Amino acid sequence: METTSRKTLRWQLATVLEVRDEAPKVRTFRLGLDGPATHLPGQYYVLRLTAEDGYTAQRSYSVASAPHGRPEIELTVERLDDGEVSEFLHDVVVPGDVLEVRGPVGGWFAWDGAGPALLVGGGSGQVPLAAMLRHARALGRPELVRMVLSVRTPRGLYYGDELRGPEVHPVFTKVAPEGSRRPAGRLRLDDVAPLVRGGETAFVCGSPAFADAAAALLTEAGLPPAAIRIEQFGPTGA
Amino acid sequence: MPPVTRGFVGRRKRDPRLPPGQYDVGDQWPVLTAEPAPNLDTARWTFRIDGLVDHSVEWNWDEIRALPRERWDGDIHCVTTWTKFGMTWDGIPLDALLEAAGPLPEARYVVAHSHTGYTTNLPLADITGGRAWLAFAAASAPERPAPLTREHGGPARLLVPHLYFWKSAKWVAGLRLLADDDPGFWERNGYHDRGDPWAEQRFQGD
Ligand SMILES: Cc1cc2nc3c(=O)[nH]c(=O)nc-3n(C[C@H](O)[C@H](O)[C@H](O)COP(=O)(O)OP(=O)(O)OC[C@H]3O[C@@H](n4cnc5c(N)ncnc54)[C@H](O)[C@@H]3O)c2cc1C
Repeated sequence: METTSRKTLRWQLATVLEVRDEAPKVRTFRLGLDGPATHLPGQYYVLRLTAEDGYTAQRSYSVASAPHGRPEIELTVERLDDGEVSEFLHDVVVPGDVLEVRGPVGGWFAWDGAGPALLVGGGSGQVPLAAMLRHARALGRPELVRMVLSVRTPRGLYYGDELRGPEVHPVFTKVAPEGSRRPAGRLRLDDVAPLVRGGETAFVCGSPAFADAAAALLTEAGLPPAAIRIEQFGPTGA
Repeated sequence: MPPVTRGFVGRRKRDPRLPPGQYDVGDQWPVLTAEPAPNLDTARWTFRIDGLVDHSVEWNWDEIRALPRERWDGDIHCVTTWTKFGMTWDGIPLDALLEAAGPLPEARYVVAHSHTGYTTNLPLADITGGRAWLAFAAASAPERPAPLTREHGGPARLLVPHLYFWKSAKWVAGLRLLADDDPGFWERNGYHDRGDPWAEQRFQGD
């Protein structure tokens, strides 16, 4: 699948339309683009910052929003201590600022909504998976996706009430919500195995350690390795 | 020059060994793959050089392990922005393997392909001249290199440390020499055809 076109790789100016808190140290930036958002859920944009003296820094951020035809995207960024770009985005950027972006990039870790998908995410790995869930709901096909999210505490779930519902199975690694039947702890085989139906593509996203462990569980649960797609980023996870 | 971003000054102090946009991953060695790691049996493993060569050559595990090896010490850089300093690697210089096959004068590019079906393209000039190896072992210096685990591409992977590490194909099965550049797996998905970390060649068009 070739999803990154030359047009994609042109830098464009994006205006920050809104900044929103998502979870502790996690913030969403809604950006206005010069054309309708055409990404596939799972793809990302590259953001470039330029200092007065010409110094530049670029980082990649997955698109959190589903493709919706409007000229805007949402990116969700976790603030890392001493993180050159994430700290700047959190501490300095306000609506009205202009940032340079290009995208969408990446064609492998992308879901077009055509078949069933098992989504397994940890920490900021929730971002591209949320785009997939939102897309499935927008298509009126929420049953196509099943989602397992691994977060430390209930506050670690992004996007308010959106990552809730019958499609979503949260796993809490440090503090479980009151009354929860599953005690806090790392992702286990019995968290994912019941969600495997056969015939799905799995999308795993989180820190390298999380993604590695999750992919091993999926294989153990019977998914063929060729049906598992992995994207690793972010220092956190579970 | 791109437009200045309001309020951005950037980090002033950077380790000069870090290419732009990279961070020091420390003792870790993240495992980055698009698919789960395969289990390759050395009894059935092969490495092949073909395409625009005088004659194709294929080695089995015992044959390749009998060839003289070299050590390489240095840093590796992943396009996902981590850099790992001070590694030690053990492998066979690709120069020696290519010499056995005899590249034809019109060969200017290679496609490295893996036992998993993964492919990546490289200019031939980037894997000759003592800058690329077929590697079997690695360590964070000053340790003795240990056999590559399957997560890190074992039993054998390419080592092309002056390019982003997606070019250092894991589980490598062979090299095909070509006259024209033929983008591989990530390159068809928008990644750069060469991937020089110092020039920040991450994506097509960089
Ligand atoms: C395809 C892709 C998609 C991404 N999507 C998102 C996303 O949706 N949301 C999000 O928040 N981030 C995402 N990232 C990560 C993002 O690109 C940056 O790496 C991150 O924001 C840190 O940048 P920084 O400039 O703040 O930190 P830096 O100044 O680069 O680093 C500061 C310190 O943080 C640590 N650090 C930095 N990056 C990492 C890392 N990747 N893993 C472990 N430690 C690290 C290091 O210790 C470093 O010294 C994505 C990365 C990729 C490759």
